[in-house]
Amino acid sequence: MSAADPDAALFAPIENPRPGFYAIVGLLMAGTAFGVYCWSRQLRMGLGETGLAMPVSWGFYVTNFVFFIGISHAGTLISAILRISQAEWRRPITRLAEFITVAVLAVGGLQIIVDMGRPDRLLNVIWYGRYQSPLLWDATSITAYLTASSIYLYVPMIPDIAMLRDRGTSPKFFYEVLAMGWRGTARQKRILSRAISILAVMVIPIAVSVHTVVAFVFSMTLQPGWHSTVFGPYFVVGAIFSGIAALLLAMIAFRWAYGLHAYLKEVHFNYLGILLLIMSLLWFYFTFVEYLTTYYGGEPDELAVFFQKWTGPYAVYFWAMGVCNFLIPVLILSFRRSIPAVGIASVFVLIGMWLERFVIIVPTLSRPRLPELATGHYLPSWLEWGELFGSFCMFALIYVLFTRLFPIVSIWEIREGREEGLHDVESRLKSYLPDYAESGATGDRS
Amino acid sequence: MARYGMVIDLGRCTGCQACSVACKTENNIPIVGPEESAKGRDINWIELATETEGEYPETREKFIPMFCMHCDDPPCVKVCPVHATYMGPEGIVGQNYDRCIGCRFCVAACPYTVKSFNWREYTEPGEMGRHANPDVSIRPVGVVEKCTFCVHREQGARETAALEGREMADGDYVPACVESCPAEAMIFGDLDDKGSKVAKAADSPHAFRMLEELGTEPKVHYLMERD
Repeated sequence: MSAADPDAALFAPIENPRPGFYAIVGLLMAGTAFGVYCWSRQLRMGLGETGLAMPVSWGFYVTNFVFFIGISHAGTLISAILRISQAEWRRPITRLAEFITVAVLAVGGLQIIVDMGRPDRLLNVIWYGRYQSPLLWDATSITAYLTASSIYLYVPMIPDIAMLRDRGTSPKFFYEVLAMGWRGTARQKRILSRAISILAVMVIPIAVSVHTVVAFVFSMTLQPGWHSTVFGPYFVVGAIFSGIAALLLAMIAFRWAYGLHAYLKEVHFNYLGILLLIMSLLWFYFTFVEYLTTYYGGEPDELAVFFQKWTGPYAVYFWAMGVCNFLIPVLILSFRRSIPAVGIASVFVLIGMWLERFVIIVPTLSRPRLPELATGHYLPSWLEWGELFGSFCMFALIYVLFTRLFPIVSIWEIREGREEGLHDVESRLKSYLPDYAESGATGDRS
Repeated sequence: MARYGMVIDLGRCTGCQACSVACKTENNIPIVGPEESAKGRDINWIELATETEGEYPETREKFIPMFCMHCDDPPCVKVCPVHATYMGPEGIVGQNYDRCIGCRFCVAACPYTVKSFNWREYTEPGEMGRHANPDVSIRPVGVVEKCTFCVHREQGARETAALEGREMADGDYVPACVESCPAEAMIFGDLDDKGSKVAKAADSPHAFRMLEELGTEPKVHYLMERD
């Protein structure tokens, strides 16, 4: 299988990377290095280098943390749901999605370390960890998610790695070890499919728990604007929302860069566009419920924070959030779900969801319950912008390097789709219809 | 075991801020400089909140000294991931500067906004030299700090009482702010000792606590007898 290989495009980025690949990696490394420089400056001079002060002591870094961890829900959660629901169109996009999760979780976790006044004492969280603190819940849940999603990324990749091993792709030793002796026997296939089903089921509650406890960091305090029971599900919905947007952008980028037009078709963008539209409506519903409850209740401190956002100094961010997360995506996606249209909507959603995290965190801190003592507004310094830029570059860098080592589309699952999926779908469809007897057995075409 | 608390008689407070200055000296609190101060990074363990009542020219100023309320159910202690902010056996909410990781979760969770953060290395080691109070450690960059009710004075008072072979008496241990108040507006002592001045003052029907409705059970009480 060389010239006639129908999936040659999927091996190409691994076996014959183009010069453009190295150019992109170089650029991303430079961007990441700039972010590291910003952090190193902060390490030397203290958090005073940021725009943070009293009372707004959390700003960009915590916003980025919530945002990046949110994006991680793209991957594993969406891919797991699509696998369990046997959505056949999932085949070319699951791997793309799972890559996002692992790469962005690493970047998201780093944000907390950047935010710490004493990163040198990070291990205190292990030596002296207190489980009453929601930060410990975060640490636990994110670690569990990183572990689970790494395994969930790796296990379905084993047959593909074995293909690379058999083709003699270098580094040979690397693929030999990772292929774990995969020969594609019937028994191995049975075990693999069982493992994937178990992992897919397990990973969903873990993913839901992650953004729920991220929300708990805020909602467990007594602060106005934070102390809300809706925060857990609200954050999870926002996370999936931004995750789908990130997935769509990754699909567009790699479709173009690696020429995957045959795999990522209009129909995939159309389906994910519908999902994005639904999430936008759901996000609006949660936002509406949350803010109406606050406004109607009219508790003075809650109302003060509310007006910080509605008309006050953070109104620009608040209304931009509404436009980016609801108005624009709903207008675009209700009428057009072509690839460019979905791409534009996704860019707005990513900006809007970042703003949403910011609008939740900063205004509450800027207007505490006793405003006589401390009020103040927050503007980030160039260093915080640099760190945000560097974090995006780092995420993209990890992602691009992944694609250099592993196929970005699950090759064996595409082949399985060609060979078995068709019969499966046919027999499944027949089992739904009244005119056919219950068959149950897969591949039974009677 | 004592349960230390305070009553501040707002009717007596003149707003002179002697307490704030005494606190700053006693606890080696750094002067952050004009640039940092303009950004809102002052470190003051005691802040004087002012409220103006009435319309000009018939105005009256109300002064409310604010600092850590040493809550019995402190929201900051709950959220600390490493037990750096903790509740001592005598109800004093302390801060362990050597363990604090600087995540500022306690700062975000405190409804009274009375915690401060060392955004920079405000005190160079040795800079305070012999001006520093040797009983209070100087805080490094990147940690949270706040009022400790001058807990080092409690240790001193306990040792003195032990040396003299007696129990600690009401008034043996008072924080620097209480000692410095010229209007004698601040009363400090054991809230559980029914005979102490502070317990009697806190029992007054005119006494109240800040944001009492939140259920944090602060141990700093305010007295507003006139009006």
